[in-house]
This record gives sequence, structure tokens and C-alpha cells, in this order.
Amino acid sequence: MNIVEILLNPYVQAILKIVVFVLLFVMMVGTVMTLMERKWMSAVQDRIGPNRANLPLLGGIRAHGAFHILADGLKSIFKEDTVPDGADRFMFTIAPFFAFISAIVIWALIPFAGPIGDFKFQITDLNPGLLFIFAITSLGVYGAVLGGWSSNNKFALLGAARATSQMLSYEVFLGLSLMGVFMVHGTLQVGTIVEQQNQYWFGDLIPKWGMITQPVGFVIFFTAMLAEAKRLPFDAPEGESEIIAGYFLEYSGMRYAAFMLAEYIAIVGVAALTTTLFLGGYHVPWLHADGFHLLGGHWALPQWIVTVLQIGSFATKVIVLCWFIILVRWTVPRFRFDQIMDLGWKKLLPVTIANVVVTAVVLLLWDWIG
Amino acid sequence: MRRLENLDLGAEPMVIEIGPSHPAMHGITRMLTKLDGEVIVDLDVDIGYLHRGFEKEAENSNYIQIVPYTDRLNYVSPLINNVGYSMAVEKLFGLEVPRRAEFARVIMMEISRITDHLTCLGAMAMEVGAMSVFIWFVKAREYLWELVEEVTGARLTTNWTRIGGNANDLPDGFLSMLSDRLTKVEAVIDEGDAMLLRNKIFIDRMKGVGILSKERAVSYAFTGPMLRACGVPYDVRRADPYSVYPELDFEIPVGSVGDCFDRFLVRMEEMRQSMSIIRQASEKLPAGGYLTHDRRASLPDKLDVFSSIEGLIDHFKIVMEGPKPPPGETYTAVEGGNGELGFYIVSNGTGQPVKCRVRPPCFNFVAALREMCIGHYVADIVPIFGSVNMIGGELER
Repeated sequence: MNIVEILLNPYVQAILKIVVFVLLFVMMVGTVMTLMERKWMSAVQDRIGPNRANLPLLGGIRAHGAFHILADGLKSIFKEDTVPDGADRFMFTIAPFFAFISAIVIWALIPFAGPIGDFKFQITDLNPGLLFIFAITSLGVYGAVLGGWSSNNKFALLGAARATSQMLSYEVFLGLSLMGVFMVHGTLQVGTIVEQQNQYWFGDLIPKWGMITQPVGFVIFFTAMLAEAKRLPFDAPEGESEIIAGYFLEYSGMRYAAFMLAEYIAIVGVAALTTTLFLGGYHVPWLHADGFHLLGGHWALPQWIVTVLQIGSFATKVIVLCWFIILVRWTVPRFRFDQIMDLGWKKLLPVTIANVVVTAVVLLLWDWIG
Repeated sequence: MRRLENLDLGAEPMVIEIGPSHPAMHGITRMLTKLDGEVIVDLDVDIGYLHRGFEKEAENSNYIQIVPYTDRLNYVSPLINNVGYSMAVEKLFGLEVPRRAEFARVIMMEISRITDHLTCLGAMAMEVGAMSVFIWFVKAREYLWELVEEVTGARLTTNWTRIGGNANDLPDGFLSMLSDRLTKVEAVIDEGDAMLLRNKIFIDRMKGVGILSKERAVSYAFTGPMLRACGVPYDVRRADPYSVYPELDFEIPVGSVGDCFDRFLVRMEEMRQSMSIIRQASEKLPAGGYLTHDRRASLPDKLDVFSSIEGLIDHFKIVMEGPKPPPGETYTAVEGGNGELGFYIVSNGTGQPVKCRVRPPCFNFVAALREMCIGHYVADIVPIFGSVNMIGGELER
């Protein structure tokens, strides 16, 4: 067994991919998002944002506030770990796990770049890929619910009750909006869906990104995912001004940091899922595996440059969507809880069902014509 | 794990204490709410967490020493309190305030009114979730506080009016600074307007929430923006004119429904009207003194104090015993940021008042909170309480 044979072992490859993608990309971007949230929030509010944390031993270098991430992490570790009196200790402890796991595991299916031969830049490409993503997102409900119920606190209870209804309702629209995607692409495998978005209309001109083939589905999916991630305008379970902090009211220290980190990784996950399904994933328009093809012209590029461009395009799209999510949080007010339910069941549901019907009709007509 | 025998699975309303220390309870108030799910079944408001004994202190201080206490009543619009109190004492004396001082007082009062409304609306927006609007309005408030600091020396503890005028004149260059800052404040208010007033989410949160009918509002003795939002055009500046308001041209915005959205709109429009009043007043500002020369109430010129016996005696009397208005009583009201701010002062001829009672406008609003909140959701407490603009300093003195 030499080093090449070890590396070619699929299990070893999977572990290496997890280390590189999850640890080096997802966790990095997630933690940087905690800082960028504060920086972009400050930009909206005409101020500078956190920029004081420095390293005194290295001459007080500030790096525009990047060390706040380190400071926050250290603070969370050293804070007292309180479990409230009368709380259900077991549930209280495992609640952050559910939130964290459901945020991270969906990254197992997100492709970062196009496949090189047999090697895929995806930790795994399950056949029922989208179904798996739904299942894992559903597990996230337990994090909020268990955290709130087990805290022995009425405000947390209110937050947990709101979280349950909201997340369960919006999962319905999540699934229905993806029905359209399923119908257009004919498969649930995430890798294949992304591949198919690299096809063009009008002979190599307009890429068949999900945003164009399923515009309504895109909007509804994005809204439903925001509601799943409990981000403003759907953050009634977190309340902030009404129920103080909602379901994670009694958490402090590293448990709180786990919830917070899970929330930010969920945001990046939302951005990544939207990119993968609707914005063409890692594709750069008109870039194929052997170079740019545009209107008959061809610009050949070596494979590694194509891969780097694809990874760059994926990262850019994810970060732009994260920026948009953060911008929405700091501009729009919060829905009242009954208004969230109203919006979902009375307005989004008919639209989603209509979307499915119209997509089906259009696809049948398309087949019948050509 | 809790044992099942100890669980009480009754179906009674949940009692939750939205306690004194809570992000939405600005001014510190405690609300004991009974909830049926998310609907409020009963609400009991508990106040008094900021009671500092203003009226008792007033009984032991002389008339000039009370002015700094009035700053801290409605601490987001301190100058209105200063002016209201000084006007009451001047009425006891029967004093005439110089015209220039009157116009300067009007300018500073309207600036305070704008800061009051900016704070209220910013806090309302923040608690409904639009936190950026709060930061923008606080930025606008900073511009106005620069103006206040320029004139009085402090942002909040202004202590600016004296009996018979003001402590000092408007400084040089103040009027150009004023128009510059007002333009900036207007730009920020326009930004907040554009962000919120046509936003469906905001309108849904505010419309139809906390409605109080005209008759109920009058029976609770509402005044100010809360009453005007219900449709009653009562404004102390028009109903019982004081100072130089009869010479200034402004409109009184009146709502129609009496919900939180109307109150928000009324306060927004009042800010614009205040800016128009300030511009008119700064144009009409006459030359003259800033403090009356009547030696019963104000300190004589230092030159007189050091060169004549009468000056020395008058100075000594005022400093040691305080100004002594003739025995009598008066109730004087001004239009505060929240409504009719009244001062009832009883004098017995000595330098200290027998009674100095403040009529806090938000006392009546807080009394009506129960009626406004019952039947709504927990989440509605936030816009309702925000629109009430309960200022602890004023409510509990």
C-alpha cells in the first residue's frame, strides 16, 4: 500500500474532501460571516463596525476587525456554562447538536467545481440528493424546539412554539417549490442538476440556470429557506424585542456559540443551495470543461484553470447571496408570527401549487411541439 | 427527566412577566401579562421604577434650583420641560420675557420636540425589526444635540431657562449652523420615510394595532400625538397659545383611526412642522436681551452688584433665599413631545414652592395600555408600547 493507493481509496478521499470542503471552506466562511454580518450591517447604518480587536504582542495589528472572530471564539469558550435550574439537562445539551448537524450535513452534497474525469468535487453524490437535503433540514427543527422546551423559561417556550410552526410550515413550500426543479431536470441528483444548468438556449447564448427556467420557484425557495433559517424577516422565534432571545434565551458560552455558528453556517448553506439549484452552481457562463464557447468562438483553457474559475465562481455566488441575506436582515422589519403563517399558507401555497401546474403544462407543451 | 406525576396539565392562561429589564420596556416598566397561546387575555402595568421624588425635591429647593431637576423629567426633550417650568414661575411673578428670549425658547423647544420624536420613532422601528432606521434617526439626533450643546453647553442636562428669560443668548454663527443641521436632519427623516412608510411588512405590523377610539381617548385624558392620531385636533400651542406661537404659521397633523400607524405618521409629520416653525422663528428673531432685568427674579448685572448696595442686596437675596413670587397658584401647560405637559405651582411668598406638581402626559397613555393591548398578540405589545413613548423620567418623576 503506497501513498497513491491510499489516496485512491474512496473512503480516504471522502474524508479528505470533508476536511477540505467543510473545515476549510464552510467553517471559514461561516465564521467570517459572523464578522461580515456586523461589518455589512454597519455599512447599512453609516458606521464602521467592529475594528478594535488587535494582537498586542504583534504590535497592535488590527486587520480591520478580523480578530474579533478569534476574540468571540475565546470569549465563548471561557464563559460560564450555565444550565438553568429545573431544565431538562439531556435535551438542553443535545439541542445545539441538532441545529449544528442539520446546518453542516447538507454540505455533503454541494458540488464545488466540475468533475475532473471520475473525481467529483462533491463529498458524495447521492441518487436521492434533494430528498436527503430536505430530510436533514427537517432535523433542524429539533434544535429550536428542544432548546426552547427544555429551558424552563416561558419566553423560550414561546420561541420554541413559534419555531415549530414556522419551520414545519415552510418545509412544505420548500418541497413544493423544488417540485418544479425536479420536473425540469428530471432527477434528484444534485451533481446532475448542476451539470444540466450548463446547457444553453438560442445556440450557446443564454444558460439554462434555474433562475431562468424556474423564476417563481427561485423566489419561493429563497423565501422558504430564509424562514427555515429563521432569519429576518422571519425571525419571530428569535424575537429579540418581544421574547428577548426566544428559544436560545438560557444558553450561554459555548452552547450559545454552537447555536450562533449553526445559524451562520445555515445562512451560508442557504446561499449554497440556492446557488446550486438556481444559479448554475459552480458554472461560469459559457465556460465548459475545455474552455469558453461563445457564439461559435472557442477559447481553450487547461483543465486546472477551468477548475479554479469554477471554484471562484461558486465562492463568489455564495458570498454575494450571503451579502444579500444580511442586507435583507438589516433593512426589513420583522413579521408578526400570525402574519408569517398567513403569508405561508394563504399566499405562498397557492402560488407554489400554481407554479408546479404551470411548469408541468409548459414541459408537456415543449415536448409536444419539439 | 421530570416525573409525569408532578406535571400539571391544566389549560389555564400562561402568566408571563415582561419584566422591568426587557429590551422593549424602555423607561423600565413591568407588565404582568396573561396569555392564551399568543393572545393577551389580561395585562397589568406596573410603574414606578424610576421615581426619584421630583416633587419632594422641589419643595426643598428654591425656584432657580428646580430648573436642573426639570431637565431630567422628559429627558429626550429637556428644553421643553425647562421652558414649561420657567413659564409657570413667570406667570406667578407676572413677568414679561424679552421677545428675543421668547423666539430663542421656541427654536430650542422645537429642536427638543424633533429629538423626542426621533427617539420614539427610531425605537419603534428598531423593536419591529428595522434596526437600521434606529441608527439613522440616532445619527440625526446627534446633529440636533450638537446644536443644543452649542447653545446650552450640554446635550441632555441643559438647564437653560431662567425665570424671566434664558441663561445665555444664542451664540454667534448659531443660525447658519442651525439651517445646515436641519437640512441634514431632513435628509435622514426622508430616508426613514422611504424605508418604512410604504413597506408592506411595517404597515402590516402597525395598522390596526392598538386602536383606541376618540371617545375612549378623551375619557382617558389623552393629549398630544396620541390624541391627535385618534382624530381630535387638540394642541396646546393652538388651544391655549403661549410664548410667540400665535405669530408662527404651522399645521397640526391629525390622524383618523388611532392605531400605531397613525401615531407614527403623526409624529413624522410633526417633525416636519417643527422644522418649519424653527425656520420661521429664526427668520423673525429680533434683537434684544435674553433675560429680564426685573430684580425680583433674575440676578442683577455684576457691575451693579459690585458698585451699588441695592445690587448687592438683590444678588444676595436671590442667591440665598431664591426668587420670591407673590403668594398664589398657577397651572401652566406647554405642548411637550408627548402631549400637554403641565406645571402646577403653589407659592406662599417664600423662595421655595409649597407644591410643584408636574402633569405627565404619558401617565394617561400608560393607564390606557391595558385596554389597547388586550385581544392583541404578544408581538403587538411592542409597537403599542413604542407608540406610547413612555419616558420613565416624565411618567414617574
